[in-house]
This record gives sequence, C-alpha cells and structure tokens, in this order.
Amino acid sequence: MKQLLNIKNLHAEVAGKEILKGLNLTVNAGEVHAIMGPNGAGKSTLASVLSGKEGYEVTEGSADFDGKNILELEADERAKEGLFLAFQYPVEIPGVSNINFLRTALNEIREYRKQEQISAKDFMTMVREKSKLVELKDNLASRSVNEGFSGGEKKRNEIFQMAMLEPKLAILDETDSGLDIDALRIVAAGVNKLKNKDNAIIVITHYQRLLDYIVPDFVHVLADGKIVKTGDKNLALELEEKGYDWIFADQKA
Amino acid sequence: MSAAVLSEKMNSFLTSLVVPEESGQRALYDQLTEKDFPTTKNEYWKYTRVGKITNSKFKKGQRTEDKGLREKFLLDGNCLVVENGILRDDFTCDKISGVIVTSVKPGDENKIAGFGKELNLNHVFSLLNATYYQEVIHINIAAKTEMEAPLKLVFITNGENVICNPRIFIHADKSAQAKISMQFVSLNDKGSFCNVVSEFIVEENARLTIDKLQNESDASFHISTEQVRQEKNSFFQINTMTLDGGLIRNNINLIVAGENCESHMNGAIIVKGNTHVDNHTFVDHQVANCFSNENYKYVLEDKSTGVFNGRVIVQQHAQKINAYQKNSNILLSDFALMNSKPELEIYADDVKCSHGSTTGQLDDDAIFYLQARGISKDKAKKLLVSAFINEITDQFSDESMKDAIQQILIEKHGWAIN
Ligand SMILES: Nc1ncnc2c1ncn2[C@@H]1O[C@H](COP(=O)(O)OP(=O)(O)OP(=O)(O)O)[C@@H](O)[C@H]1O
Ligand SMILES: [Mg+2]
Repeated sequence: MKQLLNIKNLHAEVAGKEILKGLNLTVNAGEVHAIMGPNGAGKSTLASVLSGKEGYEVTEGSADFDGKNILELEADERAKEGLFLAFQYPVEIPGVSNINFLRTALNEIREYRKQEQISAKDFMTMVREKSKLVELKDNLASRSVNEGFSGGEKKRNEIFQMAMLEPKLAILDETDSGLDIDALRIVAAGVNKLKNKDNAIIVITHYQRLLDYIVPDFVHVLADGKIVKTGDKNLALELEEKGYDWIFADQKA
Repeated sequence: MSAAVLSEKMNSFLTSLVVPEESGQRALYDQLTEKDFPTTKNEYWKYTRVGKITNSKFKKGQRTEDKGLREKFLLDGNCLVVENGILRDDFTCDKISGVIVTSVKPGDENKIAGFGKELNLNHVFSLLNATYYQEVIHINIAAKTEMEAPLKLVFITNGENVICNPRIFIHADKSAQAKISMQFVSLNDKGSFCNVVSEFIVEENARLTIDKLQNESDASFHISTEQVRQEKNSFFQINTMTLDGGLIRNNINLIVAGENCESHMNGAIIVKGNTHVDNHTFVDHQVANCFSNENYKYVLEDKSTGVFNGRVIVQQHAQKINAYQKNSNILLSDFALMNSKPELEIYADDVKCSHGSTTGQLDDDAIFYLQARGISKDKAKKLLVSAFINEITDQFSDESMKDAIQQILIEKHGWAIN
C-alpha cells in the first residue's frame, strides 16, 4: 500500500504557544481518516501546518507527503504536489472570480507538473461537470470567491474546488458544519465520487452524521495536540454517545 | 496693502525662461514675479514638496520633427499629438463629425467663449501655465453631437529639463455626448516638468467623459489642473489612471452650477519606486438636486507615497445633494506611505454626504487561500491587487487606452488586470 502522509512526532507553535505536541499519523492511498476531538485541541492547526500557513512554526518532528518533506515547501507548492485543504472558514475574496482563479490555479498546477495548459473549452466543460457533482448553482462558479455565499454555499464551493483540482490528499476541516441535511448528503456523495484507490481523505468533524455518508477506515481522537486514541468507525459512534471524558480518564488510568 | 514683493525664488526660477512677448501673457508674467511658490506650510500643499520643481532651471519645450511620435505611444495611432504643449499639426486623426479642434495663439483667447473664466490664477502653477502656454487647444463639441469613439489626445513631454505648459479648453455644447481620452507620456524627459491646465465646460444636458492616463518617466514632474463647470442636467466623469511619474499633482476643481447634475471622479494609482502622487479634488455644489461620487484607489509599492484630499462644499441653498467619497489604499511595502483627508463643508441641511478612507495591506488570509489552491504567493498578490483596482479600470471607455494600461502594467509591474 502506498504511503501518502507520514507525520512523526510533530510539534508546532503559533504565537509562541505550543499547540501540536508530538503528533503521529500515517495515511495510505485509498484510505479515509476521520479526526475528531474537543474544541481547541489543534485539529485546524494541524491542517494549517500541513498546508503551509504562515505563522505556524514546526519545532520538532517531520511530515512527509508522498515521499517528500512538505514542511520545506511553500503553501502553493504543497497544493501543486497534490495536497488540498477544504477550509473550516473559507475566505471571501471580493473582485476575484471563482472561475478565473481556479483556472489560474489549475494551470499553475499543470505547469508545475509539466503538463499542458487546459483550454478554455475543456475548462468550462470541467466546471460544468464538477459543479453538478456538488450541485453548486451555476452563478456561484462565476461570482467572486465566496463573496456573499451562504455558509452552506461556501462549503459546497470548497468541495467543488477539490473536484476541480483532483488532489492526492484532501483535508476537509469541518466541511459538514453549516450544511443542511440535504446538502450534507449531496456534498458527502460528491466526496465519495472523488474518492479512489490512489487518493486519500482526512475528515475533521465533530459529528458522527457525516461519517454515516463518508465512511472512515480510521477514527482518531486529537486532544491537547496529540492523537490520543485511534479506532475504526465504531469509535465515532462511541464518542457520539459518551463524549471525550472517558478517553482522558482511560489515559490517566 | 503691502507693496509688491519680488520673490527671490520665483525670480530665480523665471530667469531661465524667456519673458513672454504677447501683452496679455506679459501682464500675467508681472503678476507671477510677485508670487511665491507654495511650501508645505500651505495646507493645500501640506504633503507635497515642490522644491525639486521650483529649484530647477527649465528650458522651454519645442516641437520636434520626430515623425514616429504617434506610433510610439500605442492608442492605435489614431490620435492627436501635443508635443511640449504644441499641437503637432502635421499629424491628423480620423475626423469626428461635430468635433472641431483648433489651436488658438496667445492674444486670441477672446475667440473662445468662457476661456479662463473659472480658473483661479491665485494658484501659482495655473498662473505659470497662463503666462507661458504657447497655444490653447480648443476642442468644441457641437450641440447634440453623439461621439461614439473618443477623441484621443497624447501629450508628450519631450526632452531633458524641459518645461511645457499644455493648455486645453473643451466645450461640450448642449445635449452633446462627448468622450475624450488624454494620455500623458514622455521621451528623454529627465528633470522635465509638464504643467497642464484643462478647462471643461459641460453645457445643459451634455455628457462629457474623460479618460486620463499618466505614464511619464519617474524622473519627471507633473502638475495638472482640471477646471470643470457643469450646467443643469449635465453629466461629467473623469477617470484617472496614474502608472508612473516622479512627482505628480492633480487638481480637479468641479463647479456644479446647474441642478440635476451627475459628477463622477474615479482614480487608480499604481506606482512604485520613489513616485509621489497627490490628488486634490474639489467639488463645489452651488445648487440643489445633484449627485457627485468619487472613488480613488491607490496601490503603493516600494517607497512611493500617495496623497488624497477630497474637498466637497455644499452651499447653503444646495438642498438634496448626494455627495459620496471613497478612498481605499493598499500599501505593498513597509516604506510606502499614504495621507488621506476628506474635507466636507456642508452649509445646507437636507443633504446626504459620506466619505470613507481605508489604508491597509493585502489580506494575508486571502493570499493563503489562493496559495492553498496552488497559486504562487506573487501571483496571488497580483490577483488581489488587480481585483482591487478592477472597479476603476472598468470605468474607462477608451478601449485602446485600456489595452495601453494592461501593457504598461505587464511591463512595469509584471501583471495585468483580470
Ligand atoms: N493564530 C493563532 N494565534 C493564537 N492562538 C491560536 C492561533 N491559531 C490557533 N490558536 C490556538 O490554538 C488552539 C488550537 O486551535 P485549533 O483551531 O487548531 O483548534 P480546533 O481543534 O480546530 O478547534 P475547533 O474544533 O473549535 O475548530 C486554540 O487554543 C487556538 O486558540
Ligand atoms: Mg477547527
């Protein structure tokens, strides 16, 4: 099985405060991993550190993506290598059209991979196809990035972008929050369609519901900057029922 | 009254220039010798030092025989060329029905109705222009003329240490629909000074739109004064794009003299190096029921500096005025500097006025978002700057000028507007 992500003893600080405190995680191609855990545990921080956001300092440990040390790469290079982050809070960018920026992104990625640029026609065909996948309304694709989008529309747009960029590893940070029940089903179905044996997905979530649709191979509990427990999909059910306290109690015991 | 005091600085400035012969200009010259140049103690010039200009020794600009001038400066070649303030009569452009361009020599200004009427000669640079212009380029747009394409003017400052005083008078007669584009460029213009004055009269029901592009070299000086008068039911818009220059000062003075007028002033300033750009706008709402709107955006890189001062007066009987003003600025370097100041003087009670000014950096979260999708940081910044400026460039109606803007942006800044 091909290893996509290998995180070893990762320590990271933000604003001088240690948030990740020795985190280990391995993700292979074809797998779905769920990361759950209390608010403020460091889940989004992990996503930010992996995707290269400035202001996060790795003080110890390593993170290899598809055999490369990604911690040395710029954020855009990580994306070009095939890493994708669906943001917990997608940013609104007035004046930059969704479609234009995606086309720029796609072509930059292709250039990096020494592939040909996509033609305007093929690109539009792709936009139509992929926006159908998450039932993104036509006009949203052409509007300014996330500007004035509803919470749910923003999340759909993230998955639409994921579909356009076809990453090797996608980290979905609370993509389910803000989605209504129907939208949740649609977005999850979209994600499942994008899933194959060569790529992998990490879903960060607080709720079991999403995992009914996107069924994880592994469920991890991230607390206080570390993975403190790993199990199969049943762990999520157990957490839904019992909360996190029993895990911490177990640990202390 | 104190006796006229001769200013040393002014006299030293004038020594390198020939005293004008024509009696009108000669009289203005006498006034000029009694004037002084403004310093930063003068509120109107608080953030712009003109010392570099006033300490220079300029020589009068000449027209040349250069045949290639027109093609050098884009704008598809179909334009009139004003070289060092003189209309090059050996170049012609497509005739536009209803539009007449004439060049009027000093002494013959009385042929132009309303000439100089609104211009405040207490402003020393306007007086300097009046004293030294070599001709007035008079553009008359006959009543009811509908211009589809703009009349294009290219102003070239040509030569080192040259001073030129281009003078324009544009008259849009009743119900005319007029478009003019004005591009300011330069050739070998190290240490040169373009001091241009333009007057615009917009008659009843007329519409006049000006697209203006400033792209002289960063070793030059430029002061431009636009004096506008609007009569009732008229529309006036001026879009200014400033992409290069050394020291640039633009004064737009707009008198709204008739009811139901609409006035727009838009500006985009994208500069780097040590360029200094100062825009002073002044709207005088003299009568009721009018709308004015201004939107200026600066993108300052390196050590460039920007000044925006938007003054609006709503006179006592000018009720039901809507006057809006917005100035937003992005500093791309820690050394760039912006000074922004609104001046609203409202003497009527039933008016809606607003102003807003913001200065900041590009949004880091937005840059990261774009990067996370595979766009390099540099490109992400360019996308954001272009998105910021878009709203202004969209206002330009001269397509060839838009193309010229894109080309300059690519050459000088490595990006274009999406
Ligand atoms: N830029 C920052 N400056 C200071 N503290 C930060 C910053 N980013 C994150 N933190 C802190 O790091 C901790 C972890 O935050 P993070 O967003 O990773 O939590 P999370 O597990 O994603 O929580 P949630 O479930 O609420 O989304 C929090 O205490 C947070 O306040
Ligand atoms: Mg989070």
